[in-house]
Amino acid sequence: MRQRAWSRLLLYVICIFMSLFFLMPVYVMLVTSVKPLDEVTLADMWKLPTTFDWSSYQTAFAKLAPNFWNSVYLVVPATLLSAMLGALNGYVLSKWKFKGADTIFTLILFGMFIPYQSILIPLIQFLREIGLYNTIPGLIFVHVVYGIPITTLMFRNFYAAIPDEMIESAKIDGAGFLRIFRYIMLPLSITGFVVVAIWQFTNIWNEFLFAVTITTSAQQPIMVALQNLSGSQIVQWNVQMAGALLAALPTLLVYIFLGKYFVRGLLAGSVKG
Amino acid sequence: METVKTVSERSVTVVPAPRKKRKWTVDHWLAAAFLTPSVVLIFIFVYGFIGWTGYVSLSNWNSLVPDLSFAGLKNYIYLFHDFRFQADLRNTLVFTILFIGVVIVLGQLLAILLDQKLRGESIFRNIFFFPMALSFVVTGVVWQWLLNPSTGVNLFLKKFGLDSKWYTDTTILGGFHLGNIEFGVPVAIVAVVIAAVWQMTGFAVAMYLAGLRAIPEEVREAARMDGATELQIYRKIIIPLLRPITVSVIIIMAHISLKIFDLIYAMTGPGANFVTDVPGVYMFETTFRGNYYANGAAIAMIMLLSVAIFIVPYLISSRKGGS
Repeated sequence: MRQRAWSRLLLYVICIFMSLFFLMPVYVMLVTSVKPLDEVTLADMWKLPTTFDWSSYQTAFAKLAPNFWNSVYLVVPATLLSAMLGALNGYVLSKWKFKGADTIFTLILFGMFIPYQSILIPLIQFLREIGLYNTIPGLIFVHVVYGIPITTLMFRNFYAAIPDEMIESAKIDGAGFLRIFRYIMLPLSITGFVVVAIWQFTNIWNEFLFAVTITTSAQQPIMVALQNLSGSQIVQWNVQMAGALLAALPTLLVYIFLGKYFVRGLLAGSVKG
Repeated sequence: METVKTVSERSVTVVPAPRKKRKWTVDHWLAAAFLTPSVVLIFIFVYGFIGWTGYVSLSNWNSLVPDLSFAGLKNYIYLFHDFRFQADLRNTLVFTILFIGVVIVLGQLLAILLDQKLRGESIFRNIFFFPMALSFVVTGVVWQWLLNPSTGVNLFLKKFGLDSKWYTDTTILGGFHLGNIEFGVPVAIVAVVIAAVWQMTGFAVAMYLAGLRAIPEEVREAARMDGATELQIYRKIIIPLLRPITVSVIIIMAHISLKIFDLIYAMTGPGANFVTDVPGVYMFETTFRGNYYANGAAIAMIMLLSVAIFIVPYLISSRKGGS
């Protein structure tokens, strides 16, 4: 039994050590962002601030606020639209299977693995043609289209768990495609919508490649602005860390309060049913 | 909800309907009609655009003015002789192997630790998972500072006589000349691997944990009855049972690593001598900063091919294995 106690202790030591590794960046971010400028020196990076100074947040917010709102205007409609589209697709591909449905599903699924660099040049040409280049609606459109594979996959897996007999007996009762969706599937898919919405919200908020290539300056979402902020040499570290924290805050809050659903989405998107 | 209940209750009592031949009703047409827009969008925006990129990669469009005259494999030949692209291939290979290796080992280790019914398990789990909710850009900005050679973790390491140059190091370990480059392990890549591991390990832990929870307790009980120690149970039974999950983890991490762009762009950029450059960064810079569209398209096609080698067999096999 003594050996067991020692091995338990060892487990805790490893867990705590790994936790320190995972929390180290958060500590540095928090501590640096509330330091007054004269305490932000290379040698004192790990030290706690002597006084709290929120001015770096003011500076960072002043620089990032417009882009923050761009991200909000982007992420809300894009998330809602792609969740709706995914729900419909998942419904068709799980409950109204036709010959070749699985092949079509696999072909759709491939779209979530491609490097987006391989569609970026035509995509930008296309957006220029239709006048959506360098606009938030353009980015919304892009995220809805390239969100189809993952949202379809998640809803298809989710709906696969709803017994087919329910659909069959509803059909016998005379319910059609839309009625079944409206009165059986939708009420049962609230969890599904939460999971997919959180997943899409997080991914679109954090996305960088589309954002940096499809929009310029005033239209740019927060992550591009953050990258620009850290790329410019004149911006101080405390402002950069405050900016990084501000940019990360929405998805971090979602994770803190709805983490369970976030992890579910991750598993739904990675393990195929 | 009322209707749902009655429907489901009824379905229990009804004799399972004989599998009759399904005929296409109005509803089937409706279902197809609702799916069609997505299918059309995917066919244009994924497959059509990939085709178009492939076409651009075979053209002479290497300036602001589109020139789609046929150039054959010129751009590909250029890339494979290019110092920067050769460095990119080396870096991607090294990054992918190190990144996936560490994520698998660490992910499995932490998942098994969390499965030991420790006190505070949910706290540890949340600490391991939360970086996944962050953007690669945020990760890049923070780790750029943590691994800055003149500060950050070096302040600790110096006490132990260690002083790494991290992502500014231009040394290539075990280097030998291959093509135009020094082939080997660029030390600077290690810094990027640490940041990527920090961000993505939670993903692997979540998957392994789900796998561990799916193993019935009886399996362990039976092994214990046969006198196996805990360590043996893990080595001989549990870890082999997790192998299918390892395959999924490898596929997911490989496709992330092969197309990585934002983390490196935000953290280090191409680096001196392109020691931390990857195809994603090169494609972005050469296309959108240098206007070498055909070269950029060729890089993108090579990236796509490298991902497809992993993904296509995976998709086909999971379709056959699945329902």
